[in-house]
Amino acid sequence: MADAALKKTPLNEVERELGGKMVDFGGWELPVQYSGILEEHQAVREHAGLFDVSHMGELAVKGPDALPLLQRATCNDVAKLEDGRAQYNGLLYPTAGFVDDIWVGRRAENDYILVVNASNVDKDFAWIADLAKGLDVEVRNVSDDYVLLALQGPEAQRVLQTMTDADLPALKYYRFTPATTDGAAGMISRSGYTGEDGFEIFLPPADGPRVMRKLVGAGVKPCGLGARDTLRLEARMALYGNDIDQTTTPLEADLGTIVKLEKGEFMGRDVLQRERAEGPKRKLVGFEMVDRGIARHGYPVVDGTEEIGVVTSGTHSPTLKKPIGLAYLPLGKSAPGTEFMVLIRGKETRARVVPTPFYKRPKS
Amino acid sequence: MTPEDNKYAKSHEYVHVEGEIGTIGITDYAQKELGDVVFVELPQVGTQLEAADELGSIESVKAVSELFAPVSGEVVEINETLAEKPELVNTDPYGDGWMIRVRLSDPTELDDLMNAEEYEEYCETESH
Repeated sequence: MADAALKKTPLNEVERELGGKMVDFGGWELPVQYSGILEEHQAVREHAGLFDVSHMGELAVKGPDALPLLQRATCNDVAKLEDGRAQYNGLLYPTAGFVDDIWVGRRAENDYILVVNASNVDKDFAWIADLAKGLDVEVRNVSDDYVLLALQGPEAQRVLQTMTDADLPALKYYRFTPATTDGAAGMISRSGYTGEDGFEIFLPPADGPRVMRKLVGAGVKPCGLGARDTLRLEARMALYGNDIDQTTTPLEADLGTIVKLEKGEFMGRDVLQRERAEGPKRKLVGFEMVDRGIARHGYPVVDGTEEIGVVTSGTHSPTLKKPIGLAYLPLGKSAPGTEFMVLIRGKETRARVVPTPFYKRPKS
Repeated sequence: MTPEDNKYAKSHEYVHVEGEIGTIGITDYAQKELGDVVFVELPQVGTQLEAADELGSIESVKAVSELFAPVSGEVVEINETLAEKPELVNTDPYGDGWMIRVRLSDPTELDDLMNAEEYEEYCETESH
């Protein structure tokens, strides 16, 4: 299983020690699971789980033209950010298709950090650097500067507070702060990809293994990519490469909340303006199965002999204990309650559009 | 431990023969590779299977896999319990997690399958 060609995060050794079942994930060797996806999923919903997301990239955008650059490159309104605040955003092509979906945080005036998908780091960097030509701004790929740990679940705050100087109860959702965690200087953000409360902890690579061991020692369950996928799907969070890519727009993906047409010119704005006026041709919707089976990524949605859509994500929901998924459907067939047919290994299988998210955490 | 009294297919099904009846399921190695099993699709009683035919499918949380018949024969019983408790495939693959029983139509096919020791060696090479 060991493959020298695969990239490893600084936590690779700890993950193997903890019994992680390592797989090739887009060129990175990462654990798909430890004890089992269902068990890890449940731990995050009910207690706390820990994910190594160090494979994700970080880009630093700094300089007097940082804001104009980011405003042009993305569809959300970066000008709304204050120091220590972050937002989910779309990095778009002129077609309004996604270069990537990203997390943008403002550290200080003219100083932003972007967290981007692992498989897109080089592409995003090249794209933003190209847009930065002629502007007074520096774009750097600082991915190797950080170990990134996602600590997620209702007990995340209690566990993390014992190890950090940050005032976690004061840190609201989508805010971040410089913080020392177990003696290591880094940042903590209240965010995640699971639908639970939780934190993403940026640490110097050398401190990563120690902090991970300590969190696991405090009773946090190490979790793999498998549970990360079932958790994010229940919370209806998009996965780049599955649910969104260069061919899909934020409005098609039902991410209208991050499209701020009023902020001024940006990549893909005219396309999005038209889509907002006329409605996108297709829409990403949540579905449940009516017949038995699990509709997975890439399975066609059919109407007779015609292919009218496609499943982009599908799995068994550990919380709901039934199959769920996301699919692109023609706008006219995307209302909740609408039934449609998915071809599961050649067999027409009934599914039904349902409202999302599939899972919403209880308000505490 | 891989039970000595079964025969094993390269596609990771086992068959346990008593008289003319073969009990078929997937191996412990296979269930570990699949992870948490959530749904097993099995053929109907009466179905005639040829060796290497696809007999059904098994869905784990992370993926779907086809099941293949290690031997030819008529399906005489299916494990109805798996509809409610598919996790038995994980917890007891050689016992309560069995999938179907067939009446063997050609017992000489068993000679083409691996014994426990050969199967363990085969898994060793597959995992490297």
